[in-house]
Amino acid sequence: MSLNSVSTARSVPETDTGPASPSGGSLLRSELIVLFRRGRTLAMLGALAAIPIMIALAIKLSPAKLSAAKGPPFLDQVSNNGLFLVVTALLISLPLFLPLTIGVVAGDTIAGEASLGTLRYLLIAPAGRIRLLLVKYAGVAAFCFVGTAVVAITGTLVGLAFFPVGRVTLLSGDTVGIGEAIGRLSLVSSFVFVSLLGLSAIGLFISTLTVVPVGAMAATVVMSVVVQILDALPQLGWLHPWLFSHYWIDFADLLRQPISFASFGENALLQLGYIVVFGALAIGRFASKDVLS
Amino acid sequence: MTSTIAASETVESMTAPDAALAIETRGLVKRFGTQLAVNDVNLSVPRGSVFGFLGPNGSGKTTTIRVLLGLAAATGGSVRVLGEEMPDRLASVLPRIGALVEGPGFYPFLSGTANLHRLDSADRFASPATRTARVKAALERVGLSHAAGKKVHAYSLGMKQRLGIANALLMPRELLVLDEPTNGLDPQGTREVRTLVRSLAADGITVFVSSHLLDEIELMCTHAAVMSVGRIVAQGTLDELRRTGEVYVRIITPDDDLARAALAELGIAAGYPVGGRLSALLPDPSIAPETIVSALVAAGARVRGFDIEGATLEDRFVALTGEGFDVAQ
Repeated sequence: MSLNSVSTARSVPETDTGPASPSGGSLLRSELIVLFRRGRTLAMLGALAAIPIMIALAIKLSPAKLSAAKGPPFLDQVSNNGLFLVVTALLISLPLFLPLTIGVVAGDTIAGEASLGTLRYLLIAPAGRIRLLLVKYAGVAAFCFVGTAVVAITGTLVGLAFFPVGRVTLLSGDTVGIGEAIGRLSLVSSFVFVSLLGLSAIGLFISTLTVVPVGAMAATVVMSVVVQILDALPQLGWLHPWLFSHYWIDFADLLRQPISFASFGENALLQLGYIVVFGALAIGRFASKDVLS
Repeated sequence: MTSTIAASETVESMTAPDAALAIETRGLVKRFGTQLAVNDVNLSVPRGSVFGFLGPNGSGKTTTIRVLLGLAAATGGSVRVLGEEMPDRLASVLPRIGALVEGPGFYPFLSGTANLHRLDSADRFASPATRTARVKAALERVGLSHAAGKKVHAYSLGMKQRLGIANALLMPRELLVLDEPTNGLDPQGTREVRTLVRSLAADGITVFVSSHLLDEIELMCTHAAVMSVGRIVAQGTLDELRRTGEVYVRIITPDDDLARAALAELGIAAGYPVGGRLSALLPDPSIAPETIVSALVAAGARVRGFDIEGATLEDRFVALTGEGFDVAQ
C-alpha cells in the first residue's frame, strides 16, 4: 500500500479556533427548545390548562350547591373562594393526568430518539451517554415543573375570574390573607412538582430499555397506576411508605396552621431515593447499551 | 507490499499500531447472541485514502461501522481510530469524525436548519457562536439551502440523505464515515456526492464509504475492502484488488447455449449471458484466443464480439462473495 503521497498532503483540520470552549449548556437549551416547541407537548399543556377551566365551568353551571360530602375534597369550597380551585385542580390532576403526560415525556426520552434515528447521531456528535441522560432527565423535570405550573396558574386566574376571593380559611380553621394564601398555593404546587420526579426517573429508565417510545410511555403510566392501586390496599401497609405515590395527597399538610413541612420532607426524600435508584439503573443500562436503531 | 488481498496475510506483520492508518482493527469480533455478525475483521484504512467498504446486504458492514463509532461494543479484538484506542478515547476522537450511519435520522417536526442546530449543540466542542454560519455553509455544500426552512417530514429521501451528509460536515473533520451515502439519491445527487467526496479527499480528509454499488466504489475510491458473511475477504488498493492474474474471456453471441457447450469442451465454465455477453474465467491462460474462437465457430455459434481481459472489480466481487440473491446469513 503506497500512501506516502496522500499522507503528506494531509492538512490537519482545526477542530477549534481557540481553547476548547465546552458549551455544556447548549444541549440542555436545545433539549428544552425541542421539547417545548413540539406540538405534542403544547397539546398536553393545553389539556392540563383545561382541567381547572372545566372544574370552574362545572361548578358555575350546576344550579345546586354541592354538599361537602360529595365529590373530591375542596370542591365544595371553590364557590366560596376561588383560590381553592387551584387545590382542587392539582388534586384531580395528580393521580392521573399529570402522570399520563409525564409518562409520555419521560417514556419518549431515549426510546423516542432511538425510533427517530437521532439517538445515534446525538451519540456520535458526541453528546456523551451520561450527559445525554442527565439532559433528558432535566428536560422531563422541566416538564413536570411547567405542567404543574400550568395547572396552578390557570387555576389561580380562572378562580379569580369566576369566583369571589377573600380571606382563605385553612383546614385547621384559621384564616389567612390572600398574600399568605398565594404563598401556600406555591408550596402546594412545589409539593406536586417534587412528587412527580420519582415517576420521571422510572420513565427515563424504562425508556432506555426499548426503541419503541409508545411502549415506554405506556409502561410508565401503568407503573403509576399500579403503584397507586398497591398504595390503596391496606394489606400491603408495610410496602406503602416505599411507594412513590404514598405522600402525594399529603400536600394538605401545607394548608394547616401551624404549617407542617414533615410530609414535604418525607416526600422529597422518597422521590430523591427513586431518582438515585432509577437514575443509576438508567445510567448502568444506557452506558453499555449497543445502539442499533 | 505487493499484495494485501487476503486480510489474514497481513495480520502477523502488523501487530504494532500504525500511525499512518485512520482506522485499524485487529481481530474485531461482534456477536449478537449466537450470530457472529463480524468475525475476525482486520481493517487497515490509510490516512488520506477514499476507502470503499464493499459487501452484499447483511455482510456486517454497518455493524462494523457501529463498532468503529462506539455505538456498539466489540465482543473481541481491538479498534484504533485516528491513532487513538477505541472505545477508551471515544470522547476525544468522535468530534474529529463526521458520520452518516444507516441512513439519515432527523426530527420530522423540525426544519432542516433546526435539526442541524440540534445535533450541533450535542457536540461539546462546537462553538455556539459560529453555529448559524456553519449550519448555513453545510446546507449550501449539499445543495439544500432552498429547503433549509422546510420541516424534515416534507423532505424526500434524497433530501434527508443530503441533510445527513450536511450534518457530517458541520465541523472540520479528519475522517468521514459514510454508510451508503448515495442511497435514495437521483443520478444527479449521486454525481454530486461523488464530486463532494473527491473534493473532501483533496482537502486531505480520509473518507470511509460503505456501499454495495460497485460502480460507485470504482469511481470514487482509492482503496477498498470486501466483506462477506462477517469477514474481510479482500483488502487493498483498487489496482491490487483487480490485479489477481486472472483472465476472463468475453464473447458476444446470440447462440449462448452452443457457445457454452463449446467452451465446456475446452474446460471453461461460462455462466449465463449478461446483456448478450458471455463471461468466463480462463482456468488455463495458455489456451490461445484463436483456439477458443475456432471451437466456437465449429460448434455453430455466431461470434459477434470476442475479447480476453483482466478481472474487473465486479468479477472479483462476485468471485469473493458469491452470485445470486441470497442475502448473507
